[in-house]
Amino acid sequence: MNVLLDNSQYFVNGFLNTIKLFLISGVLCLILGTILAMMRVSPVPIFRAFGTAYVTIVRNTPLTLVFFFFAFAFPLLDIVGELREYYFFAAVTALTFYTSAFVCEVVRAGINTVPLGQIEASRALGLTFGQALSSVVLPQATRSVVPPMVSTMVALLKNTTIAAGFSVAEAGAIRDILSERGYSAMIGLLWVALFFIILVIPMTLLQRSLEKRWSVAR
Amino acid sequence: MRVRTLAVGLLVGGLALTGCGKSGSPGDAGSPPPQQDVATDVKVDGSPTFDRIKGRGKVIIGVKEDQPGLGFKDPTTGKYSGFDIEIANLVAAKLGFKPEQIEYKAVASAGREAAIANGNVDYYVGTYTINDKRKEQIAFAGPYFTAGQDLLVRKDNTDITGPETLKGKKVCSVTGSTPIQKVRNDKLTDQIVELQTYSQCVTQLDQKQIDAVTTDDAILKGYAAQEKDKFKVVGKTFSKEPYGIGLPKTDKAFKDKVTSILQTALDDGTWQKTYDNTLGKSGSPATKPTLDKS
Repeated sequence: MNVLLDNSQYFVNGFLNTIKLFLISGVLCLILGTILAMMRVSPVPIFRAFGTAYVTIVRNTPLTLVFFFFAFAFPLLDIVGELREYYFFAAVTALTFYTSAFVCEVVRAGINTVPLGQIEASRALGLTFGQALSSVVLPQATRSVVPPMVSTMVALLKNTTIAAGFSVAEAGAIRDILSERGYSAMIGLLWVALFFIILVIPMTLLQRSLEKRWSVAR
Repeated sequence: MRVRTLAVGLLVGGLALTGCGKSGSPGDAGSPPPQQDVATDVKVDGSPTFDRIKGRGKVIIGVKEDQPGLGFKDPTTGKYSGFDIEIANLVAAKLGFKPEQIEYKAVASAGREAAIANGNVDYYVGTYTINDKRKEQIAFAGPYFTAGQDLLVRKDNTDITGPETLKGKKVCSVTGSTPIQKVRNDKLTDQIVELQTYSQCVTQLDQKQIDAVTTDDAILKGYAAQEKDKFKVVGKTFSKEPYGIGLPKTDKAFKDKVTSILQTALDDGTWQKTYDNTLGKSGSPATKPTLDKS
């Protein structure tokens, strides 16, 4: 308990940063991932090729490597100027870049569960591809996508800890701070694990309620 | 068949890539360190640690591997070198173990207490600052060296002359480390960069992404000595960091033995010779520490 109370400021700061990282990159990768999935099923060959290439190249590249690139190599290219919070942006970019490949595949899997007849029917009604996708296919796809999407988001939440090695002081840095201050890193890590579980529980609950709300009799 | 060729090609390519992952000049080998005479028939009564080492037939020492001049592993030869390594070897020799009976284990700062407490290493020598909080988990023998927080800057830098000139500068150190917490708490600058290792900080310094690296002067001197024409140490220490050998907490007999080995080395000039052969190469003289015998 002392380990937690004596260092409460590091825990609070750390987890606030973790949540910030998670929320920002979570929203961004949902958007980017969905766009990529739409590209992958679109009738335009160039879009399809781009989506496929992105997923092939990015999916499961070691995340540390992605972080390395954005934190160390990217600034050398001198594309962006001096940024005050550069490392935070680098972390968000790396997480978004990495996770959107997974989101894309999850969404695409969802799209594939929608029977082909649906898109044929909407085309017969005169909807454009975009309209058909956004008002017919995606709403139906969302339903089957919820469980794997929540898994992807949980993975994202836990992946944020890698940012600790790249100058973003989030939950992953707590262990280093504790052991440097002479507290037991083991107990500190147990607390960190407990807080991560607490963060994951609402996501699981959200998944359950969404599944219930969108469930249909088949 | 084609698939197999492709797979093999990928594997080989991957190996080649990982092989050249870490660049940087191999540490200065210099003259070979003095060979320690290996003591014979050493007995440490009532020491479970010593019995464990004896039973195993080799001693496992926890060290650092990324600090030139102190504890450094040459990426090409896999050989360890540095002041801390020499101290570790000295202790091993006086405990009666030959060089080939020594196994080094690189343990990063955050894992040190756990490694000692769990018995993964028999003792730890690696820029390990003695403090009371740590003494609750492990024991220390020493100090065998006294370092202090300092700043490493690029050679051409003239506006950083000490801690009070850091305002608005980008300062780098290892995540959560004491030096960077000091910088933060004393509000020396608000531009703090925390990375995984010192070598990453030094690379960033070289690439002008940051302005200074801060940590113990002993560590910084090692980097400065490695690339003399690129970096310099400011040379104004603003803290005291006594380095000790980390030992299992409950083993008093072992601690006394290690302390007496250090005392002998300080008295008979071995310590001085060791220093001159490693850290002393950076040109700065050392003051002998006084051992804490409690």
